[in-house]
Amino acid sequence: MKSKRLIRSGTLYIVLVFLSLLFLAPFFWMVTTALKSPDELYMFPPKWFPSSWQFENFGKAWNSQPFNTFLMNSVIVTFLTTLGQIVSSTLIAYGFARFKFKGRDFLFIVLLATMMIPWEVTMIPQYMEFNYFGWINTLKPLIVPAWFGAPFYIFLLRQFIMSIPKELDEAARMDGANSFQIYYRIHLPLMWPIIVLIGVFNFLSSWNDYLGPLIFLNDQSKYTLTLGLAQFNGMYDVNMEGIMAVTFLISLPPLIIFFFAQKYIVNGVSSTGFK
Amino acid sequence: MNWGRLAPYFFISPWIAGLLLFTLGPLLFSLFISFFDWPIVGEKTFVGFSNYATMFTDDPLFWHSLWVTVKFAMLFVPLNIIMSLFLAILLNKKLKASSLFRTFFYVPSVISGVALAMIWGWVYNGEYGILNYFLSLAGIEGPDWLNNQKWALLAMVIASLWGQGTMMLIFLAGLKNIPKDLYEAAEIDGAGKVYCFFKITLPLLTPTLLFNLITTIISAFQQLTLALVLTGGGPLGSTYFYAMYVYENAFKYFKMGYSSANAWIMFLIVLFLTMLVFKSSSAWVYYENEVKNSK
Repeated sequence: MKSKRLIRSGTLYIVLVFLSLLFLAPFFWMVTTALKSPDELYMFPPKWFPSSWQFENFGKAWNSQPFNTFLMNSVIVTFLTTLGQIVSSTLIAYGFARFKFKGRDFLFIVLLATMMIPWEVTMIPQYMEFNYFGWINTLKPLIVPAWFGAPFYIFLLRQFIMSIPKELDEAARMDGANSFQIYYRIHLPLMWPIIVLIGVFNFLSSWNDYLGPLIFLNDQSKYTLTLGLAQFNGMYDVNMEGIMAVTFLISLPPLIIFFFAQKYIVNGVSSTGFK
Repeated sequence: MNWGRLAPYFFISPWIAGLLLFTLGPLLFSLFISFFDWPIVGEKTFVGFSNYATMFTDDPLFWHSLWVTVKFAMLFVPLNIIMSLFLAILLNKKLKASSLFRTFFYVPSVISGVALAMIWGWVYNGEYGILNYFLSLAGIEGPDWLNNQKWALLAMVIASLWGQGTMMLIFLAGLKNIPKDLYEAAEIDGAGKVYCFFKITLPLLTPTLLFNLITTIISAFQQLTLALVLTGGGPLGSTYFYAMYVYENAFKYFKMGYSSANAWIMFLIVLFLTMLVFKSSSAWVYYENEVKNSK
């Protein structure tokens, strides 16, 4: 009986290790390519490890284009959208979770329904709108909409707030707190785990966004990292090792964030109520 | 007193403003311009339904890109569901290292679509890429994936599957919610693994499956970044997705009215498919209370 179980978990481990290799091999290949010298790049069969590690590839590739500027733009956009999402989505979710008002349920259904609208449909009018505001080729179209809340985050936060006991609100109200103070002093601190979760989600989607910057930006000094990387692709004088080096550098922040926020992501997905 | 009644509207006002400014307004405006011939510079002219008519009768690219997208979806949707369910089942087994493996499988999902495209572009390289190297170990001579009309779409499917760890997590959450005592009871009755899977796991997982099916269909129809960066729609249009058709009509040919009509057709197709899945779901999705009642 015991040996049977051992064999079973042994096979399971072998299968999992094999699959992990499939998932990680492209990454590994990216990193070692980034560290190769040009003459080792184009070899078949491929060499897994470079014979001399070319750490200067990173600096060279990074400086071959204004990646510092792109980084700055990405940081600004990611920081401001994340801040905006947290401020507005928590306020909105609090409004939906804690008040009874005319049209609330209907509006909430509308909120959920808007998640279904493909981005392509609103893309053109949004472009025209931002063009009219004079926002094209600035970072504003990427940042400002985030300050109006996102349905998915609002939904997550609302579910969470509804699980906070109402007695807390009532006690605070007895002490003379108004609605905003209840939100700010009581709910906001309690919402912390979900705030971290939406912070991470928003960081990832904003940092990784390509279509938004592609459509709204056209001047290189306004480019974000993803746009810079994509443009890098089409150039003739850059080598694969440079492309892979920059790809690695751009992927690093999401990987680090994910590493630290892992348990929030996993718990967050579980707490969204999918059964 | 009055403030008290207005308070909730104050809290949700950012969302209402955003809805009007960035979602509902643009949505209706998009429908409006779809009835116009509207180059980005110059006058707009009302053309009625002619944008829609042109698409169906006089634009081979419309049918072509739609067909490419349908082919992609027919491969991607089932493969994605099967793969993420399979991984979730493996990870749901009691193992010390399962959180480590979960991380490995999820990691590709956190990086950018552009970075993902760059990595796969190199993996797929016909002469020096590792994919063909692995195939050569098995004695197969791999094609030049992205430059080969026959293989480019499949290459897109594989690269897309690689970045889909979220679905696996959702399945895993669903699996963890299945009460253990059901399995124990079945085991006492002498039920085998296969029987348990089809009679307990799968039925109780159908609500999760429904959610994942709908989101995968939607994401399959909106596939764009990978194609824009990896192939630009080529070779010979074999990866020219519908979303790319919409995008190019708007931002390459500046046919804003026509492109809006394209986008609305896409919206209707996605809506139709979603409704279809929803309608069919009453036949195959089991909710817990039903299971309890039938016990």
